[in-house]
Amino acid sequence: MTSVLERPAPVASPPPKRRRTLRLPGPWTYAALIAVLAGSAFPVYWSLVVSSQTPDKVTSVPPVLVPGGNLFANISRVFDQTDFALAMMNSLIVSGTITVSVVFFSTLAGFAFAKLRFRGRSALMLLVVATQAVPTELGVIPLYMMMSDLGWASEIHAVIVPGLVTAFGVFFMRQYFERAVPDELLEAGRMDGCSSLRLYWHVVLPAARPAAAVLGLFTFMQAWNDFFWPLVVLTPENPTVQYALNTLASGYTTDYTLVLTAATIGTVPVLAVFLLFGRQIVGGIMQGALKG
Amino acid sequence: MKTDWRERRHRWDIRYAPYAYIAPYFLLFSVFGLFPLLYTAWVSMQDRNLLDGDAATFIGLDNYVELLTADPYFWNAMGNTLSLWLLTTVPQILFALGIAQLLNRRLRGRTFFRMGVLLPNITSVAAVTIVFAQLFGRDFGLINWALELFGAGRIDWQAGTASSHTAIAAMVVWRWTGYHALIFLASMQAIPTSVYEAARLDGANGWQQFWRITVPMLRPQIIFSTVIATAGNMRLLAEPLLFNPGAGAETGGSDRQFQTAALYLYEHGFKKFDFGYASAIAWLLVIATVLITGLSYLAARRIRTD
Repeated sequence: MTSVLERPAPVASPPPKRRRTLRLPGPWTYAALIAVLAGSAFPVYWSLVVSSQTPDKVTSVPPVLVPGGNLFANISRVFDQTDFALAMMNSLIVSGTITVSVVFFSTLAGFAFAKLRFRGRSALMLLVVATQAVPTELGVIPLYMMMSDLGWASEIHAVIVPGLVTAFGVFFMRQYFERAVPDELLEAGRMDGCSSLRLYWHVVLPAARPAAAVLGLFTFMQAWNDFFWPLVVLTPENPTVQYALNTLASGYTTDYTLVLTAATIGTVPVLAVFLLFGRQIVGGIMQGALKG
Repeated sequence: MKTDWRERRHRWDIRYAPYAYIAPYFLLFSVFGLFPLLYTAWVSMQDRNLLDGDAATFIGLDNYVELLTADPYFWNAMGNTLSLWLLTTVPQILFALGIAQLLNRRLRGRTFFRMGVLLPNITSVAAVTIVFAQLFGRDFGLINWALELFGAGRIDWQAGTASSHTAIAAMVVWRWTGYHALIFLASMQAIPTSVYEAARLDGANGWQQFWRITVPMLRPQIIFSTVIATAGNMRLLAEPLLFNPGAGAETGGSDRQFQTAALYLYEHGFKKFDFGYASAIAWLLVIATVLITGLSYLAARRIRTD
């Protein structure tokens, strides 16, 4: 950086023609961004196109590029011919429970780490950060053996329980509380004789709402999209959405319309969350980046 | 008497309550996260197949020896993992830098564009891979149709090593580039404009400003993104599994041309139920991931900050 600054300007260089302010975009910027956006959206658009066609259109040349009128017929075929309703219900239960639990335990632990004094606090916090890097996914075999022993294999508890807490959540909430909840507020509460649990419930939790919402959205989408562990521990009779998609795609059917319609339906819940709260999700990622 | 009890409760609250609040995390993580991973090391030293009942024989490092010296499929899977790691991680970071640069202007409809680039990241791996597999289809895929339109030949994407790796990398890059772009964008916005003003006065063009100012200033975020991308890309499973779904999907193609190490672990663990062998694969994958993460950390650290 300094090398650029210190390098003397070449004597013969012509003066820059026009001083544009750094951040004004030209038409090319917009063109490039729209191309990026088109690329981002295309696979999603494409699955909608295929899910709204009759099965024979999938193999037509040239391919059909606009949606047809068969979407609802295909949707009802998915629900009639497969267990997709059960899969959706299971995924909702799994993702909903995990979300509530992660938000609850993360705000509780985050509050303790950010605002309470106790021995070993910084060492334990460091441990939380370190556990974020542990590739727990690779412990699937003993985890599967445990679930079998508990008699939970093929039950959705087996998917829920390992997801009940995350290191990221604890870390994320702690960072937020450090900034957002002033110590004076808690001191005042203490003076009034509040126990720490009452402080948590009446002071900390209301203050946590914006960050807890972002954490909840992240957690929900992640739990909804989880693939490997449900694939290992569940069975075709009791699937989550991602499991059902795998089963459907692995079947001997060449009916892509049916498979892609299921993929579209399975994306709707996360897509809805994203469209409603996209601004907060983008904000959460960008703030997280600044903390690094 | 009453005050005494309140006093004691208060002292208990100050001293022990914090541990109660953090205990659920540590308890659940230890039981369902850390313990299984450590126990994997123990299982990896056993001859243990679910199909032979629950019997387990301690065999020391035999599984590792077999994997490392007598199992070409393992090395094939490791090779594919490394190839896919390179093909996914590098473009992901480079494209993300470019997109962040595009987004770092005074745009109309900022939120719209930001959400647009993040859209791929929120879609599910399974759904997206199914869509991509169809787009990359040999006979009726849109991509082959477009290739033919422009006079190029059809490609049997699943059949070759290079072509299948390209297709799988495309899915991963598509999914993750926008996420990293937003991380880079946040830091770009923190770079003071005066730095660029000064560089412009010195006659640095946009390209030079990008490589000499923006990229070095983003070093911490680039390191962060490289490390987390590496951790994810070293254990790709859903993409190769669903790229060629059906019976035997776990082999990653007819010649195992796109079987990753994670997929090989899945094949041994949950198709053959050879838990001992699969656990050894898991540990070797952990070690490989640590090594490659360290390597990519060192590579990303080499970005010049002058």
